Amino acid sequence: MRLGSGTFAACCVVIEVLGVALFLRGFFPAPVCSFSGTEHQTESPAPEPSAGAISNWTKLPPPLFSKVVIMLIDALRDDFVFGSKGVKFMPYTTYLVEKGSSHSFVAEAKPPTVTMPRIKALMTGSLPGFIDVVRNLNSPTLLEDNVITRAKAAGKRIIFYGDETWVKLFPKHFVEYDGTTSFFVSDYTEVDDNVTRHLDKVLKRRDWDVLILHYLGLDHIGHISGPNSPLIGRKLSEMDSVLMKIHTSLLSEERETLLPNLLVLCGDHGMSEAGGHGASSVEEVNTAMILISSAFERKPGDVRRPKYIQQTDLAATLSIGLGLPIPKSSIGNLIFPVVEGKPMREQLRFLHLNTVQLSKLLQENVPSYKKEPGFEQFKVSERLHGNWVRLYLEENSSEVLSNLGSKVRRQYLDALRALSLSLSRQAAQYDVYSMAVGTVLVLEVLALLLVSGPRALSGKAELDVPLPSPAFSLLCYLLPLGLAALHVTVCTSAGGTCYLCSLPWLTAGGVMVLVSTLLCAVLSALTGMFAGGKRLSKNPPQCNSRSSELDLLILLGTVGHTLSLGASSFIEEEPQTWYFLVNTLCLALCHEIYRNCFLGDDCAPQRCPHAGEDFDGVAAAPQGKSPGPDVWELDRASRRPSPLGALRGPDRWMVLASPWLILTCCRLLRSLNQTGVQWAHRPDLGHWLTSPDHKVELSVLAAVSLIMIFVLVQKRCSLASKVAMAFGLLGIYCYRVAIGNLLFPWQQNNKDISKGITEARFVYVFVLGILFTGTKGLLKSQITADDFTVKTVGLWEIYSGLVLLAALLLRPHNLPVLALSLVIQTIMTQFVWRPLRHNAAEVTVMHYWFGQAFFYFQGNSNSIATVDISAGFVGLDAYVEIPAMLLTTFATYTGPVLWASHLVNFLTSEASSGSALSHACFCYALICSVPVSAYIIFVTSLRYHLFIWSVFSPKLLYEGMHLLITAAVCVFFTAMDQTNTKS
Amino acid sequence: MKDTDIKRLLYVHLLCIFSIILSIFIPSFFLENFSVLETHLTWLCICSVSVTAVNLVLYLVVKPNASSKRSSLSYKVTRFLKCCIYFLMSCFAFHVIFVLYGAPLIELALETFLLAVTLSTFTTVPCLCLLGPNFKAWLRVFSRNGVTSIWENSLQITTVSSFLGTWLGAFPIPLDWGRPWQNKYSVWLMVLTESARETINQMKDHGVTSEWRFF
Repeated sequence: MRLGSGTFAACCVVIEVLGVALFLRGFFPAPVCSFSGTEHQTESPAPEPSAGAISNWTKLPPPLFSKVVIMLIDALRDDFVFGSKGVKFMPYTTYLVEKGSSHSFVAEAKPPTVTMPRIKALMTGSLPGFIDVVRNLNSPTLLEDNVITRAKAAGKRIIFYGDETWVKLFPKHFVEYDGTTSFFVSDYTEVDDNVTRHLDKVLKRRDWDVLILHYLGLDHIGHISGPNSPLIGRKLSEMDSVLMKIHTSLLSEERETLLPNLLVLCGDHGMSEAGGHGASSVEEVNTAMILISSAFERKPGDVRRPKYIQQTDLAATLSIGLGLPIPKSSIGNLIFPVVEGKPMREQLRFLHLNTVQLSKLLQENVPSYKKEPGFEQFKVSERLHGNWVRLYLEENSSEVLSNLGSKVRRQYLDALRALSLSLSRQAAQYDVYSMAVGTVLVLEVLALLLVSGPRALSGKAELDVPLPSPAFSLLCYLLPLGLAALHVTVCTSAGGTCYLCSLPWLTAGGVMVLVSTLLCAVLSALTGMFAGGKRLSKNPPQCNSRSSELDLLILLGTVGHTLSLGASSFIEEEPQTWYFLVNTLCLALCHEIYRNCFLGDDCAPQRCPHAGEDFDGVAAAPQGKSPGPDVWELDRASRRPSPLGALRGPDRWMVLASPWLILTCCRLLRSLNQTGVQWAHRPDLGHWLTSPDHKVELSVLAAVSLIMIFVLVQKRCSLASKVAMAFGLLGIYCYRVAIGNLLFPWQQNNKDISKGITEARFVYVFVLGILFTGTKGLLKSQITADDFTVKTVGLWEIYSGLVLLAALLLRPHNLPVLALSLVIQTIMTQFVWRPLRHNAAEVTVMHYWFGQAFFYFQGNSNSIATVDISAGFVGLDAYVEIPAMLLTTFATYTGPVLWASHLVNFLTSEASSGSALSHACFCYALICSVPVSAYIIFVTSLRYHLFIWSVFSPKLLYEGMHLLITAAVCVFFTAMDQTNTKS
Repeated sequence: MKDTDIKRLLYVHLLCIFSIILSIFIPSFFLENFSVLETHLTWLCICSVSVTAVNLVLYLVVKPNASSKRSSLSYKVTRFLKCCIYFLMSCFAFHVIFVLYGAPLIELALETFLLAVTLSTFTTVPCLCLLGPNFKAWLRVFSRNGVTSIWENSLQITTVSSFLGTWLGAFPIPLDWGRPWQNKYSVWLMVLTESARETINQMKDHGVTSEWRFF
């Protein structure tokens, strides 16, 4: 059986997409959240359960505390308070912990131990995952149900001083606030003084209910000099005095009010031995939490060790303390000692509220919730509670009541623990099993591509699919069985947290079969290669020839870029990497052109028909980016000695100038949109153009770009599409004028701004028309079988349709990007690729590099924030999900898509050899899958890195999306290739 | 013949490295507040001037491609002027290339230009000394199999490794360490690579020498 290498590559990429999807599903666990939205006022609190007699207590219980002060100290590790440092530097706190009316805990923070997610965890009680960062794109506001929003809705007045993150998370929630930035890490006194200076005034006032203080100094000291620095002690003493001030003031105030006050001292995350935080070591995860209130009774001589609780427990406790409903997606349980002093009925009521909330959350998130132990316990304890209430209302003897009550309480506490455990397991774990299976799939595909590289890139571009020997096929049958057994073992031991295990059996079995089939394919290809290698080595040695600087550059560039993905700052500045590579590529081309032009004749004799055999070493290198030995024969055999020597006159000058023109274009585009992180704030042309003062300039630029696009695209179109193109581009200008981005020359003042739906749909009609004509041409060429020009025209029309669509979707200041990309494509085709006769593989890699560079020229970056969502609304009345998603994806990946379709055009029209397209498809698949596979491994090994959520995860999403696009491109390639071979 | 050439080559490279090292230490006796990191611009000037001077002097002393035919004074003068023009042109060309690579157009222009000058002294000056203002000869030397003598071989290696050093020097720029030197287009790394390549070159010379003796 034989298989075209293009088809083979397309299949491989499609399987790879599956693998990456599986990996992503495992990497981003579905967050535990409540789906019922944030409209919390409507729901009434769960009434007290009762058996028979109807309870009269359906309202929320009243608040336990009148005022709450939360003193959050960044990076307050547990031993700073409870250890020797605490005894030494925080005498007042130690006194409170040991003798005072307080409860002290070690609160465990879940990774990522970074401030913002930790604040979210403290206030919502949920475990913030990455997915909700993606979900509320661009809006840092906390949309989930949380204590602060609840408190504000209940009319509490909240005052905040400290880290600015809070102000961003909860805008308009605080009646008074003063945010300090945590930007200057080297400053550790000013940040805290800015908080403390408000204290005296605020503590005297009576007009607030909640006061939140966030001290950053300790964290900054940790970052500068680590947890053993002498500065830490000084800072702790300062914090101790602040705590004393607040506590005494609260105590003195309490005498006048009925209800006690609550003072919470806590940390958001710990501090590692090196002074940083973010990962999951014990020092970073364990934080101190002390609840201080005169309500907490304490017998003298009662020495307690701090108990271990979860950080998420604070949200539920605060809600109950303030008499608010518990946030819906909170997975924490009530810190029971807080309500211990209350009458039994209230205690049970609080516990019931919390369990009801948790079990609701469980029902929403776990399909098989009825089997969960926590849920069963909840049902049992609710029934018992009902009985207890009946007894209570019937006023039975206190002995029975208290016995039964304590039993119910114990039951509730167990249920709470079990519920919150199964919920947090749902939320916070990487699903390592799915990740592993996904990685295995991706790596197998990569191995298959690499192993079959030399053969797939050979002259015929076909692959043998060998029929396996009996022993081998036995192995292939046994492998799925073994994997299935493994699957069962893993699933039974890991419980219901794996995504793969929750899949139906048939699907999971399919995945296993796929994995084993791929493994067998890799093995058989390897054996085939060894057999083939022996045959190859018998061939006579070819003469060493043509210098391969370009191929070396391509190889090194790809390897270098892949390796650079392991470092967070290189990911942030990936645009720079691509610009750098593309520039270097241009200079290398420049060198090649000059050598060919001036010394063409000197080098000629050194070439031989088997040119390119010297790449063998490069091709056999493990990455295998540069194609195998045999490719070159077909393409290069016909190469004349000095292709550029014959050129004379203006053509020659154009060839000589072309690399410099391209470099200049790239430099211009680069200053259009600053991307990345370090230089993103620099002023750039794009911002200058989009400012309302420069509308005229923008209009002129857009018009010029549109005209350039027309001039460059129309030359190879049929007449009908030429006209359609012209109207389409005119329509685009009208659309931009209608939505108020541009101006007509005759229109001075601003007209009323509309959504431009008519104009955009007008353009869509032309886009569809051009695409339709192109497809018709392609189909016709397949039937008539001999008309080559019809086919190329058809392909070009499809390409121009895509260009028109891109021109519609891109922002007007990005139109030059499109125009210049067309210019560069024309120059490269005319003056570089055609005269120098690069082979298909080289041309493919160059297209890929330029496509990547244009992805960033457009203003994209590796953070989610730069995705231009407005493209999804062009020509649509309201948000319609599927078209909006497709349009946004196309607008984001315009660069790579356009360059890939240009590649198809170029290779088809050149037609140097019949197999060029399949070679290109194979190369494209290979060069895209190498970074993805490497990146998956990097991400897996760095999953506890400090920047995993801020830098690595968005890039992972981008890579996944890019792979999907690549798969689409490869399928398109294969389709074109099929029509090619048929015709 | 070749043996002596190799010896001379070795001395030439040693002197070059020596001049770079001297340019670090000597000026601190004459100039106040001189340090390589603080006043990097002055140092770059001094370094390039000294390397150029050493190159020229060595060329005059060693005369690797001593042509037998005598030439007139006017020919020599025009040749010299041509060399100067080539040097200036290469400086500007490098500057343009740096800007194309993304160096800011206006701010840091002086730094960029000085980098261009330094790079030219390390690449163009030896080329001019050895090959003269002959563009075709340059292209020949820098394409594969175009080398004819050991001097040209050494020239090829040094020049290419200078370019590589500059190219590699761009790598620390995206790192977010926030050091000021990162913005100076990593002249330092280039200079380091510079000395490294001199060392490598020297080692290669030694290798060649020993090989020669072995035969």
